[in-house]
Amino acid sequence: MNISNLLNNYAEVVSVILFGIGFSNLLLQKNLIKKIIGLNIMDTATYLFLALKGYIAGRKAPVVVDGVLSVESYINPIPSGLVLTGIVVSVSVTALMLALTIRLFKRYHTLDLDEISALMKKEEQ
Amino acid sequence: MDFVQNFPFFSIILSLFSGPFSAILEKKWAKRVNYFILFVIGAMSAMVFAYTLETRQAYVYIMGHFPAPWGNEIRFGILEAFMATFFCVIMLLCMVGGERERALEVEDTKQNLYYIMVNLLLCSLLALIYTNDLFTAYVFVEINTISACGLIMIRQNGRTIEAATRYMIMSLLGSGLLLLGICFLYSITGHLLMSNIQVAVHGLMASGLYQRPLMVAICLMAVGLAIKSALFPFHTWLPDAYGYSTVSSAAILSSLVSKGYIFLLVKIFYRVIGSDIIFNSKVIHILFIFGIAGMIMGSIDAIRENDIRRMIAYSSVAQIGYIYMGFGLGTTEGVIASIYHVLSHAATKSLLFITAAGLTDCTNGKRNIHEINGAGYRNKLAGVAFTVGALSMVGVPMFSGFISKLLFSKAAVGHTIKMLPTLIALAISTILNALYFMKTVIRIYSPIKDENAGEEYTCVKFYEQPLKSVAYILFIVLNVVMGLNSEPIIDCIRRGLEIFS
Repeated sequence: MNISNLLNNYAEVVSVILFGIGFSNLLLQKNLIKKIIGLNIMDTATYLFLALKGYIAGRKAPVVVDGVLSVESYINPIPSGLVLTGIVVSVSVTALMLALTIRLFKRYHTLDLDEISALMKKEEQ
Repeated sequence: MDFVQNFPFFSIILSLFSGPFSAILEKKWAKRVNYFILFVIGAMSAMVFAYTLETRQAYVYIMGHFPAPWGNEIRFGILEAFMATFFCVIMLLCMVGGERERALEVEDTKQNLYYIMVNLLLCSLLALIYTNDLFTAYVFVEINTISACGLIMIRQNGRTIEAATRYMIMSLLGSGLLLLGICFLYSITGHLLMSNIQVAVHGLMASGLYQRPLMVAICLMAVGLAIKSALFPFHTWLPDAYGYSTVSSAAILSSLVSKGYIFLLVKIFYRVIGSDIIFNSKVIHILFIFGIAGMIMGSIDAIRENDIRRMIAYSSVAQIGYIYMGFGLGTTEGVIASIYHVLSHAATKSLLFITAAGLTDCTNGKRNIHEINGAGYRNKLAGVAFTVGALSMVGVPMFSGFISKLLFSKAAVGHTIKMLPTLIALAISTILNALYFMKTVIRIYSPIKDENAGEEYTCVKFYEQPLKSVAYILFIVLNVVMGLNSEPIIDCIRRGLEIFS
């Protein structure tokens, strides 16, 4: 493992660091909205990674124009397809999380998850 | 091609489309349609099981018109068909057993939504079982999470919404790791179909290239799925989610949802990476350690808990620990024991949840185990069924739990270093299980205390709730059959694993 590998693949390194930032936000933040932002950073970092893996320097998007059919002139389209699918998934889970947050806010008037737990226990006694 | 080979695809698509269909039906009909669909899918899976058992082969079913390296595939053999059949049976029994509570606890306007969630959940479970494509598996993992979240929060109170939020957060962390793992694996192998990835991975191992990214990808996927199936340190959402949702949700979540992820992990071990590479890697040691910790800590938490439903939920944490310990042994015997425990835990835990609801019902809804004295006399069948479930969890011979403990110990004996920790952990965990389950069983068969003597309790006769009684009896039969006649089941799992990859 030497440092030049990291420098050569700096874009992948950035995407994994972004993933880490999103992951720790989702795990450690108390505020639900900040958690959801963390979730989105995490997912987007994965899409960045995928997009990087599909891109081949100097080639174009795989849309046939001017009748060029050679495989050599286009990038790999599969990661782009995966990114699209991933975006759909992440939009739906974000929507669900936001809906849950609204429910909790209406009931407890706070966005802090620990505070919500405390209020809930107090409510039951 | 025989017509039966279409059935795995039919069952996935049938459960997917029956969800929206039941949304527009009347409440009563939605329920009937749901039961009917579950029955039909169960029957189709059973036919696929019989077919694969006869031919002893695995089949690949091409989705769309593109062959292997490009298109999407379904692949099914003995193990997959057996799991699908078993899951359908358990789900149907859970739905029937929790029917009365569901009618009381879920708002009238939301009853239909419940059936949509159940259908979606079944669809995603079946897809996880049958699919041969890693990215499809990821998408269905997310569908599974969303529908499970719906099942938790369909009963509206503060506890369930909070539990659903915590469940979503943990699940999303897990699926984020899983997705990143899949991306890593795709970037070094260039394939998404499981069988093709395995070929590429073996090529990489032989050439010595990309060893580190490969290990990182394996770790990410294993840890992601472990978080999603509530392995020990990630179980904080579980007691609330299982304890306060309506009872059929709790039973389905504990017995099926987490098992779907575990089955996907088995698939990743055997079909995507290859068992030889996994068993030589260090990932399994991590799973082993956390599995052992979960077995002990889950049981200790359960002992400290006074709420009967939450106690059973904590017991789930311990049982998930058993399953991961089996993977951690790193032998095929260990994996067979784990898969058997997946089945036995599914059959037992759903029984316990549903009978616990029956017992608290005839105690005016009190759930504290100090207040349910004599519940076993008021609802005799539920009492007997709960006792059967408790004995099975403890591991008394004649019931399914005993066989899985026997298999775990047998698998451990062949191992030099891990033998002692496994056997000790099994012994301690059995004693702890016995402590809290026997405490509860004694409690439900002891006479009512003086201070509670003034209260009026209703007695429930078994013929008053015929459907529920049938579900109880079928669950008991299932447990006893798995306990007394385990050889054919273990044989199926073994043969299934042989043709799995």
